Amino acid sequence: MTRDTFTLLCLLPLAIFTLAFLAIPIARLVLASGEGVDGWAIYLKILQTPRYLSTLVQTVLVSLATTAAALIISTTAGLYLVRNRFRGRNILLSILTLPLAFPGVVVGFMIILLGGRQGLFNQMLPGHWVFAYSVTGLFLGYLYFSIPRVLLTVMAAAEKIDPSLEEAARTLGAPPWRIMLDVLLPALAPALIAAGAIAFATAMGAFGTAFTLATDIDVLPMVIYTEFTLSANIAMASALSVVLGLVTWVLLLIARSLSGTTVAAGG
Amino acid sequence: MTRLTKALPLLVTLLACAFLFVPIVMSVLAGLTVNYFRGLSSGLTLRWVGEVWALYSGSIFLSIQLALACLVVTLILGVPAAYALARRPGRASRVLEEFISLPLAIPGLALALALLQLYGSYQGFRMSWTFILVGHVLYTLPFMVRSVLAVLAAIDLQTLEEGAATLGAGPARRFFDIVVPNAMPGILAGALTVVTLSIGEFNLTWMLHTPHLKTLPVGLADAYASMRLEVASAYTLVFFVMIVPLLMAMQWASARAQRITE
Repeated sequence: MTRDTFTLLCLLPLAIFTLAFLAIPIARLVLASGEGVDGWAIYLKILQTPRYLSTLVQTVLVSLATTAAALIISTTAGLYLVRNRFRGRNILLSILTLPLAFPGVVVGFMIILLGGRQGLFNQMLPGHWVFAYSVTGLFLGYLYFSIPRVLLTVMAAAEKIDPSLEEAARTLGAPPWRIMLDVLLPALAPALIAAGAIAFATAMGAFGTAFTLATDIDVLPMVIYTEFTLSANIAMASALSVVLGLVTWVLLLIARSLSGTTVAAGG
Repeated sequence: MTRLTKALPLLVTLLACAFLFVPIVMSVLAGLTVNYFRGLSSGLTLRWVGEVWALYSGSIFLSIQLALACLVVTLILGVPAAYALARRPGRASRVLEEFISLPLAIPGLALALALLQLYGSYQGFRMSWTFILVGHVLYTLPFMVRSVLAVLAAIDLQTLEEGAATLGAGPARRFFDIVVPNAMPGILAGALTVVTLSIGEFNLTWMLHTPHLKTLPVGLADAYASMRLEVASAYTLVFFVMIVPLLMAMQWASARAQRITE
């Protein structure tokens, strides 16, 4: 057996599995989206049906808000943790990365414990502090699993910044906000774009969190789920899945080309 | 001003920690408290954990079984493939790596719909646990391949293999005696990632599971929807006890593998 034959043999099991359970199923999904009464015009119908369109807009808005908040919080915390060594730092770091392995359902439950009917806020504060089952709850849930992912990307990039750049700026008399704006943020930009794309894509596709928090919030994964299971509208569920998959895939491709990492997964 | 700019980042960091950690503590306490509404003063108990065990031990064992099977399959499919990709770097390899990484980018729900439409009518397969296994392998395989590939790309595979070849070792012998031992840090990191992700997988599993095959996270969704808060919390506690050590081991192994690649 020659070396090349052996190398090809090594690829064979993976190639067969990927063909049978990834390539052909995806092709089937795309075809199925055009097999409804509307044919391929179904993609036009998404934009023309108010319910689907508003779902699309709402999903994008919640994901954008999550991305912005996660970037601000994680960049602040990440820079702080990279530049300061103090007792308890490792504990803080562990806490901030703990949710990486939590499935979306668990994240949803965490938000219910904070803002549900029996939640912390509703117990401690007078008045009606129930926000878990609304868009606010969804936003907080997405934020919950985005913070660790963005933090890791930002910290990895921040550790590579040459500290002498910052020192030079300080010697030249730049105030802290100028250093942030002119030195740190430009150096972090690729990582921030990558982390932002990851956070946005994960939020767009997050199903478990939305599933636990509320069934009446119209976000894309929930609508796909109800179209498929309740309405049995296979073509529309497939078309919406194709749209969702394309959006998240393209975003993560951009993220990967900029930073070489994708820590997607979960939600 | 300078004091404010110093204190603000710390405050944000602490608030973020509180946001992530407080509900975890609450769920652990709720799972061990006699009555959550009366608070800790009602006393601590293992009653709810016991109830979870009685109700959901089947789902816990199914998740462990799936995770181990998933590990075996990803090892068989992923390690040789990573070796092949490392041996022949180039455009075709990059495209293939990108393609098998699709399940990281496409939401699990969409992948599950694709699988269901193609294989949903094969009842024997659809109703068996191997259907869920396929979903888990799809989702975890890229982690195994990339983890092993990163380590193999960093070592001088060619020289090592040529040395072995001069001594008369055939391709298979070289793979098991040279490649696998050298790739071990990557295999270990990949293996821990696969197990951790498989145990926590929900988005695909929810669509692929049947009423008789509930995994741990599927059971969690079930408990959140229909059980009292103490039972739901106790179940979450069981999940934490399983996942947190795995996560820590995974982070340790990944950092160790990363040191080789740098």
